[in-house]
Amino acid sequence: MSLVLENIVLKSGADIVIDTVSLTLRRGVMNVLLGPTLAGKTTLMRLMAGLDRPSAGRLLLDDKDVTGIPVRKRSVAMVYQQFVNYPNLTVFENIASPLRVARLPAAEVESRVRHAAALLRLEPLLQRMPAELSGGQQQRTAIARALVKRADLVLLDEPLANLDYKLREELREQLPPIFAESNAILVYATTEPTEALLLGGETATVWQGRVTQHGPTSEIYRSPLNIAAARVFSDPPLNELAVEKRGGAVITAAGRQLPAAGVLAGLPDGHYRLGFRCDDVTLGGDGTGFPGTVSVTELSGSESFVHVDVGTGIWVCLVRGVHDWQPGAPAEVSVDMHRVFVFDIAGNLVTGRS
Amino acid sequence: MMDKPTNNRAWFFVLPVLVLVLFSSIVPVMTVVNYSLQDSMGVNNFFWNGDSWFRDLLNPDTEIGARFADALLRTIAFSFTALAVEVPLGIAIALCLPRRGWSVGISLVIMALPMLIPWNVVGTMWQIFARQDIGLFGAALTGIGLPYNVTQGSVSAWVTIVVIDVWHWTPLVILLSYAGLRAIPDAFYQAARIDGASRWAVFVNIELPKLQKVLVIAVLLRFMQTFMIYTEPVVVTGGGPGSATTFLSIDLVKIAIGQVDVGSAAAMSLVYYIIILTACWIFFTVMTQIDRRGDR
Repeated sequence: MSLVLENIVLKSGADIVIDTVSLTLRRGVMNVLLGPTLAGKTTLMRLMAGLDRPSAGRLLLDDKDVTGIPVRKRSVAMVYQQFVNYPNLTVFENIASPLRVARLPAAEVESRVRHAAALLRLEPLLQRMPAELSGGQQQRTAIARALVKRADLVLLDEPLANLDYKLREELREQLPPIFAESNAILVYATTEPTEALLLGGETATVWQGRVTQHGPTSEIYRSPLNIAAARVFSDPPLNELAVEKRGGAVITAAGRQLPAAGVLAGLPDGHYRLGFRCDDVTLGGDGTGFPGTVSVTELSGSESFVHVDVGTGIWVCLVRGVHDWQPGAPAEVSVDMHRVFVFDIAGNLVTGRS
Repeated sequence: MMDKPTNNRAWFFVLPVLVLVLFSSIVPVMTVVNYSLQDSMGVNNFFWNGDSWFRDLLNPDTEIGARFADALLRTIAFSFTALAVEVPLGIAIALCLPRRGWSVGISLVIMALPMLIPWNVVGTMWQIFARQDIGLFGAALTGIGLPYNVTQGSVSAWVTIVVIDVWHWTPLVILLSYAGLRAIPDAFYQAARIDGASRWAVFVNIELPKLQKVLVIAVLLRFMQTFMIYTEPVVVTGGGPGSATTFLSIDLVKIAIGQVDVGSAAAMSLVYYIIILTACWIFFTVMTQIDRRGDR
């Protein structure tokens, strides 16, 4: 029971928007599409829904080819980043709208709408108009509408992006159990690695129209297969360093020589790109680290993100507690060579953290 | 309590505007008020007449009152007819215009062209256009056997004036509706497609409600302009045949300049003015209420 994308390609004129994507989305798990804005998440969803036809490739729903079937004849529900409701219908009628199109008997409509409204705590608001609701309530109405339809495929396109922080956290917790009972194939697009981790399930990292990696969310976070997946799944951005290994030493692009410690020890000679996250480095050290100057410090309560310019680029270091590092202050960054990802020049993972 | 600093110099800066308003609005309006309350026996020979001009005007049993009531009804009928045609037609055409691509600019310019033509030119154009002997429109209608004659048939005259106004001003409704339609996010159409909604349902449940604000503005502007229509009927029909197309503004000019009945004309212009002001106030109230509902 699944939705399978087989070598899906979408071209727009000469541009390749979606480049040979193959993906299996299973029922009963949260399928997360993680990628930056314009990576192709929404386009992929439009293809899954049948709003657009792929230029090549096949789309299989439960082993049936649905590639050419238009959206009206499919069982799809979608929730958008914008709050999309019919402006002239009450909350009740908004939720009921797909059922009215399907010409369900009134009693059935009533019971399904009540059930969805109860799950999303919209019961006291059923007679209101969308303009009289808060953003969170409007989005809950849109989600309820997607829910009542009992569609085979439910697409959630950054549904929480326009909500404020508090509401976002609240709804994010409520969503997986609400949809778990629906037995639909759930697809959830987001730009935030943290959101993907909180949702769990399986993640496909999307980068420039390609799916760079697909698997259980925590596994991708722990061992990204390529530098694109690692970049997509790092917030703050992935720290990177280009090195050349020669004998027992590694040489950086800036000409520094370091002993080949940690995961670097067993590598054959050659050029590599190292990637490591902000929590794999420490600020300060015994003089063997990378010297640089502080460019920005972001405080986020119990933690500080210190951006350090090390000459070859800017690295972000996570420091516990609130520190007042002044821009321009000298700083030393120590990298834990046991915790770096080593990628080859093409960007594929050579060896991960030990 | 804190003393706010006062600076009387501010009045000095406002003064030019006050003087301008004095000469542009207050003096002319007060002159009209002056005329409406007095009777005249020749140049500079005025005497107090109270509200009798107004009482005559608003009493349909008097000659002037009957005339005013007729013209008012005719004007209201004209406004409603023009609006009833222009608004649906404008929306329909806006829906048919392309949404993207090179054809957008071209279609909008072509649509907007009639609006750029001055009123009296429009009148003259249509006056020739409607002629039975050499006018394309008039000759064509006569050719297919319709009893069309602007100068003699009151229905012909009336229809011609409505057609002129529709031709001249539907573009305004088109442009406003088009702008309103373009402002609807694509996600709404997508959601409707996913819901399986029909084209009609999309129009009724998405497009029309989202167009509400611009339509109120369109109706307000079109109402004001049609209610004050003057140039086209004067040029094309001269208010005739008989008084078939004698709208309020035309009647006003006839009374004031044709008959030099200054007192009646002054009373009439004030009533006319108050009617338009009231209509605008109602529209404005409705509009701001819609705004407030949308903001929540």
